[in-house]
Amino acid sequence: MIDINRDKCMYCGACVGTCPVNCMFLYETRVEVDEDKCIKCGFCERVCPVGAITLIKEAKA
Amino acid sequence: MKEMEYDVLVVGGGPGGSTAARYAAEKGASVLMIEKRQEIGSPVRCGEGISLGWLEDYGIKEDESWLIHRIDGAKVVSPSGFTLEINAKMAGNEVGATIRRDFFDQMLAEMAARAGADIMVKTSARSLIWDDKHNVAGVKARCNGEDCIIKAKVVIGADGFESQIGRWAGISTVLKQGDIATNFQYHMIGIDIDARFSEFHLGSIAKGGGYAWVFPKGEDEANVGLGVTLDMIKQGGEPKRLLDRFIDKHPELKKGKIVEQVAGAVSVGVPPDITVKNGVMLVGDAARMADAITGGGIRNAIRSGKIAGETAGEAIEIGDISHINLYEKRWRAEMEDELYRDWMAKNKLVTLSDEEFDDLISALSEADIENLSVYEILEVVKEKNPKLVEDLMSFL
Repeated sequence: MIDINRDKCMYCGACVGTCPVNCMFLYETRVEVDEDKCIKCGFCERVCPVGAITLIKEAKA
Repeated sequence: MKEMEYDVLVVGGGPGGSTAARYAAEKGASVLMIEKRQEIGSPVRCGEGISLGWLEDYGIKEDESWLIHRIDGAKVVSPSGFTLEINAKMAGNEVGATIRRDFFDQMLAEMAARAGADIMVKTSARSLIWDDKHNVAGVKARCNGEDCIIKAKVVIGADGFESQIGRWAGISTVLKQGDIATNFQYHMIGIDIDARFSEFHLGSIAKGGGYAWVFPKGEDEANVGLGVTLDMIKQGGEPKRLLDRFIDKHPELKKGKIVEQVAGAVSVGVPPDITVKNGVMLVGDAARMADAITGGGIRNAIRSGKIAGETAGEAIEIGDISHINLYEKRWRAEMEDELYRDWMAKNKLVTLSDEEFDDLISALSEADIENLSVYEILEVVKEKNPKLVEDLMSFL
């Protein structure tokens, strides 16, 4: 899953415009992720200017 | 549920959106521009440096409320500190300025409003409405927290780097990692700078995939920022880390006080093959029209906004929506060559090593260049580094 630290996030939308499958949306002051569409590529984590995003790799069930 | 109907709906209240709204309204169309934030222009996501000399083409009068500091030229600084000074004369008499981007955007929105466009802030488009002919017929939105329906004959996507409208309409605005620059900036007070010049620092300080900038806002204050392309980044938070390192290496900046932080991304690629589809037109950053070398997006947003607004207005006037397809041809005729030229130059620049940047900048700074044309630059560099010129020539 994608964890967004809302205290670090500056809601700039860098992650939203970078997401290759458009599974993120910038609301006025928060970003939300559609986990069902997410392909866990990690682009959002790397592009974030302030390091607010962490891709948490889930252990296989 | 609240329902509204307009000829033209513009999504996004930045320079591209406000300009499109203004010119469409001037053609007599009924226009609504919506902005998701509660205030136009805020929060700022911009280095706030612009060139001057083109604003009057768009009826924009220079005003101290947003044009807060004029500069005489730019200094391009290589990794070892060689400096190329570019003055107004060399750059074809184009001078620059640092602006208050929030006030600038508000001024443009006010012009749109005075031309007759309606504006709704704190209104966020959430999905498209389609008609039975598979054309976009408006958007579903949240207006001050309430669901609403906004019907429109033409929708202009001016929704910036996040670019949702285009993707919802079937236009792929996905960028390659090398065509995305992510940025961080401080507004700093109490620094020692030459306030007459903007500074651009090249090379490994931005991992060779970008630059650090100092854009003066006054005698002792500036926007100090750094951008780097995503393909150079392994870990999140890189722009901030690199910027802190850059400032740490510059004592004249290090003593400054930070009064504002700015984050954001820009495209440093080229627009998609299609920017008009199913009744939707894209302008500015939403259409990936920012300049690939500088990452500056304001001018191209305004240029494309005007063309889109006028074309949409004409379509309404003659009662033929398919007329908006002309937008594609019109903006490409005016802007495309420039966008591709700068993109190819950027793709070359990101391959240069620190040594090559030093060679390039030192050769140029020693030469007596009166008119900074591309060919004059190449002539000078050729003497020092023939191989580099050979590579550069291949895309000219």
